[in-house]
Amino acid sequence: FHNLQELRHSASLANKVFIQRDYSEGTTCKFQTKFPSELESRIELTLFEETVKTLNNFYAEAEKIGGQSYLEGCLACATAYLIFLCMETRYEKQVLKKIAKYIQEQNEKIYAPRGLLITDPIERGMRVIEISIYEDRGSSGSSSGSSSVSGSTAR
Amino acid sequence: MSAVMITRKVRKWEKLPGKNTFCCDGRVMMARQKGIFYLTLFLIIGTCSLFFVFECPYLAVHLSPAIPVFAVLLFLFVIAMLLRTSFSDPGVLPRALPEEANFIEMEIEAANGNVPSGQRPPPRIRNVQINNQIVKLKYCYTCKIFRPPRASHCSICDNCVDRFDHHCPWVGNCVGKRNYRYFYLFTLTLSLLTIYIFAFNIVHVVMRSVDHGFLNTLKETPGTVLEVLVCFFTLWSMVGLTGFHTYLISLNQTTNEDIKGSWSGKNRGQNPYSHKNIIKNCCEVLCGPTYPSVLDRRGLMQEDSPAAANSEGPCSFDNPVAQTTKTTAPLIPNEHTPDDVKPSIAAEKSSGPKDDQPPAAMLPPLASPETDAETSIAKNQ
Repeated sequence: FHNLQELRHSASLANKVFIQRDYSEGTTCKFQTKFPSELESRIELTLFEETVKTLNNFYAEAEKIGGQSYLEGCLACATAYLIFLCMETRYEKQVLKKIAKYIQEQNEKIYAPRGLLITDPIERGMRVIEISIYEDRGSSGSSSGSSSVSGSTAR
Repeated sequence: MSAVMITRKVRKWEKLPGKNTFCCDGRVMMARQKGIFYLTLFLIIGTCSLFFVFECPYLAVHLSPAIPVFAVLLFLFVIAMLLRTSFSDPGVLPRALPEEANFIEMEIEAANGNVPSGQRPPPRIRNVQINNQIVKLKYCYTCKIFRPPRASHCSICDNCVDRFDHHCPWVGNCVGKRNYRYFYLFTLTLSLLTIYIFAFNIVHVVMRSVDHGFLNTLKETPGTVLEVLVCFFTLWSMVGLTGFHTYLISLNQTTNEDIKGSWSGKNRGQNPYSHKNIIKNCCEVLCGPTYPSVLDRRGLMQEDSPAAANSEGPCSFDNPVAQTTKTTAPLIPNEHTPDDVKPSIAAEKSSGPKDDQPPAAMLPPLASPETDAETSIAKNQ
């Protein structure tokens, strides 16, 4: 597969894997980095771990309780939270925008060429990272995991 | 004349399961029974109107014009907090789509192994370790998910809510992760407003009686009696409630956990969510990040192919190509829940959204404790 469009049109969905939440540190949003067995033949462990760890870092940064979140909280309270009608919250900016962009990037560069597709966890209630596994319907197996794809873009 | 099919754009909120009502094209989300919410609004607006009409003119002239100004600000803040609590998504967890539900079923089957026929299958519980404390995650038969820690299923709204505190009929909504701070600020500012109105009513009556006599004062401002009555009863309950929630916040507990006694008694001091520091706990609850809603009420439903339209669950929001995969693991719908769970579920449904008196005597019937199957089993045993 060369891109996401091809993936959607020429492949059929074979299976879905759900990466569960890791609650060991409490209720903060964090996903398990355990490598599911269904993906073993499809993608390298390091790439998968890199994706999940980066996502975890994004969520941790968004939920960090520090100076900026206090400021936002106090300012919003002073305006009876009406300011949120005009302004996006810091969390929304971080989670919805940054992560959506990152996931799309990862899909385009790493996962689609391997016949996989990551669904943004927010579409599943932040419960799971859903990874869809596609099988090529028509053509015979082509070269897999070509290493010409550059390493994942770490932020 | 050519017939043009105009298909109305369907937004996702129209297809959401659960017993919520939505207004303003999905922007507003509330529980089904709103009667008591209207009563709350009526009491607040009514009492404040009486205050502005009867007391404020006199007090502004004889004491200070700042008094009505501050009352107006406080009143507006109270209404804003009330509406924010009532209209926002409390943190509802969407139900699992069929593939996710199947995946979880298969994991459960694998974990349980072979259960001899006739024997009750073991309860669906997952143990996780949070900060060196074992917490049991229960499986929700309605939503087909393992509830995250601190989440609970509200039987009145028929949703799993994250960090479920309680269902409050006075605000007509559940109180959960996303609207807990607004609820707390509502109770706090309403207490202040009640105290304020009560105090200035007394001041007004005293001041006026000195000039005109007590009975004449009551004749001139008949609203005063009504206000004092309403404020007197509201005051005790609101101050008590605010105190109770302040206590909960300082310990980082929810009303639900407090009622169930999860972290009290022999488990005291083991709350894994608490930072063991009152300031930190307060800051996390009140100044923590404002989580976005994961429900996406106003998104547009994607057009489904006719083949997928007869799936029993909610319409799939997935990309159009992905068809529901056929799996061999049976989806266990509600009819097949274990037998001893059925009578408790039936009992809950028939009792309806009645308010149970919470154990704390100072609380008015505010909290409807969530009723989930496993708790009922535990109580029955």
